[in-house]
Amino acid sequence: MAEKVLMKGNEAIGEAAVVAGCRHYFGYPITPQTELTEYMSRRMPQVDGTFLQAESEIAAINMVYGASGAGARVMTSSSSPGISLKMEGISYAAGAQLPCVIVNMMRGGPGLGSIQPSQSDYFQATKGGGHGDYRLIVLAPNSVQELVDMTILAFDLADEYRNPVMILGDGALGQMMEPIVFPVIDKKPIEKPWAAVGMKKRKTPNIINSLFLKPEKLEEHNQVLQANYKKITAEQVRFEKVLTDDADLILVAYGITSRIARTAIDIVRSEGYKVGLFRPISLWPFPSAPLQELGQSAKAFLTLELSAGQLVEDVKLAVNGVRPVHFYGRTGGMIMSPKEVAEQIKKVLSFEGGK
Amino acid sequence: MTVVFKRPESLLDVPFHYCPGCHHGIIHRLVAEIIDELGVRENTIGVAPVGCSVLAYDYFNVDMLEAAHGRAPAVATGVKRVHPDSVVFTYQGDGDLAAIGCAEIIHAAARGENFTTIFVNNAIYGMTGGQMAPTTLIDQVTTTSPYGRSLQNTGHPIHVCELLSTIESAVYVARVAVNNPANMTKAKAAIKTAFQHQLNGDGFAIVEVLSTCPTNWGMAPLKANKWLEDNMMKVFPLGVYKSLEVKKDVK
Ligand SMILES: Cc1ncc(C[n+]2csc(CCOP(=O)(O)OP(=O)(O)O)c2C)c(N)n1
Ligand code: SF4
Repeated sequence: MAEKVLMKGNEAIGEAAVVAGCRHYFGYPITPQTELTEYMSRRMPQVDGTFLQAESEIAAINMVYGASGAGARVMTSSSSPGISLKMEGISYAAGAQLPCVIVNMMRGGPGLGSIQPSQSDYFQATKGGGHGDYRLIVLAPNSVQELVDMTILAFDLADEYRNPVMILGDGALGQMMEPIVFPVIDKKPIEKPWAAVGMKKRKTPNIINSLFLKPEKLEEHNQVLQANYKKITAEQVRFEKVLTDDADLILVAYGITSRIARTAIDIVRSEGYKVGLFRPISLWPFPSAPLQELGQSAKAFLTLELSAGQLVEDVKLAVNGVRPVHFYGRTGGMIMSPKEVAEQIKKVLSFEGGK
Repeated sequence: MTVVFKRPESLLDVPFHYCPGCHHGIIHRLVAEIIDELGVRENTIGVAPVGCSVLAYDYFNVDMLEAAHGRAPAVATGVKRVHPDSVVFTYQGDGDLAAIGCAEIIHAAARGENFTTIFVNNAIYGMTGGQMAPTTLIDQVTTTSPYGRSLQNTGHPIHVCELLSTIESAVYVARVAVNNPANMTKAKAAIKTAFQHQLNGDGFAIVEVLSTCPTNWGMAPLKANKWLEDNMMKVFPLGVYKSLEVKKDVK
């Protein structure tokens, strides 16, 4: 049985990728995810893999495009400004239906922002970022163990649906050290008969492409993509509910914020407030239905994020006006404390009724 | 009956969309002939650009990837790192390679990536309708240099071969033209050498091919050929800019 090891979040992602069979990594340094790039530079040669420090994030994601198109399990990682640069390639990869894993350890923005933790790329990750009607599968771990498990899951989902998958973390998660266990994988990698590997004895060439000059063809292609998104939405919604059964107020938070929320809940519960947590794990597909369902028992929602308010829009859409949705956020790399959240909880409950 | 001339197997039997007199078609054919002659068709992976040759994947009878504008060298890098034993080439225009993708080509060359780039320089953006390229000549009129390319405003054209030949890991850098049969023969030889370097595992090789764009130059094909000879060849002299014989220790 695999043993417990103590590892930093960013490095744990790297090792999880190795466990998942990823042998190609293309990246470019940026705080606060550089340890992952550095880890891969040490690790990839040990497993006969490729580590390449690209000249830019644009080049890195296009190397990913090439490697994925050629049939490999491949990963890149960056933080906010670097992910902005990758958006061109991400749109192309989504358009060409190329499986790959992209890690974004978010930092404060806009612009150069800061190197402190943030969750302000939620829109970019879940609503597009690049051009065109496309979606990424977006997973939001909240512990180092989940960074490991979801990185491995990300490679499987990418291959299964032929779609890029993003691991959306934040600087704090990447820097955090926790004890983890690496699972043992015995799954066979799936076949990729569509990949550009050289024709060998095949009769017709394999083409990796997102260009459809005829409007009918492009619409057809978009319909194929949308059907895939619909399938993903039906099959891959992930979330966690904590103490929601009797809750008057439901906190909604993902990633590091969900852990702060969890501590805040313990604080206020000890004072008799009935508060629970809903944690979206797949940010896309967003767990709208289970969240909406909670609106039947709870009086109100409070969305917590390290941003000026992005996740809150999806929460409002899910709740659809049936219950009030409040918002509390910090920006600029400021992390909310559990005490701060507890105060917000009491404020909302004194307004909405509860306890 | 012996067949003396036929369509290369590496070229699919479909009509090109290129304008009459455009050199893209000739260059495609030369690349396909080389792939045939080297017997590597079933092991070749091509990367198409954004530009008039964006549909190159419809013409070559090999596996191909369509890259974003200028990114073909990065895409080819990814492909080659996954399949080091395959034969990988990029086919790129001057807007693609010398403008938006300038960093990608320089760094692929600097890394000594073991693939081959066919660089088609027609001194203009063909596909988008004749705008100024980094290779547009001084005083050349384009839709975005309607008074002629101004040295003061936009500087000199970029000389890609001269630039890349200063990069140590580029093993073969040549500029050719396909304006007449003699030059076509030389162009073919250069393309073959570039591919052979790849087969030897030597590193990065590029062949720049001077090319016409009769449509956007606003000239009949023969006049366009003449304009290429009289003007482009002066600014972009033909020749082998770099040729390393020995295999380096790349990996
Ligand atoms: C990111 C991006 N920018 C701009 C374009 C528009 N565009 C398409 S082709 C082209 C110029 C291509 O010129 P060149 O590479 O010289 O090839 P040619 O058409 O002359 O063969 C441009 C600017 C694009 N498709 N993508
Ligand atoms: S526009 Fe110019 S480069 Fe494009 S196909 Fe026509 S002649 Fe060739």
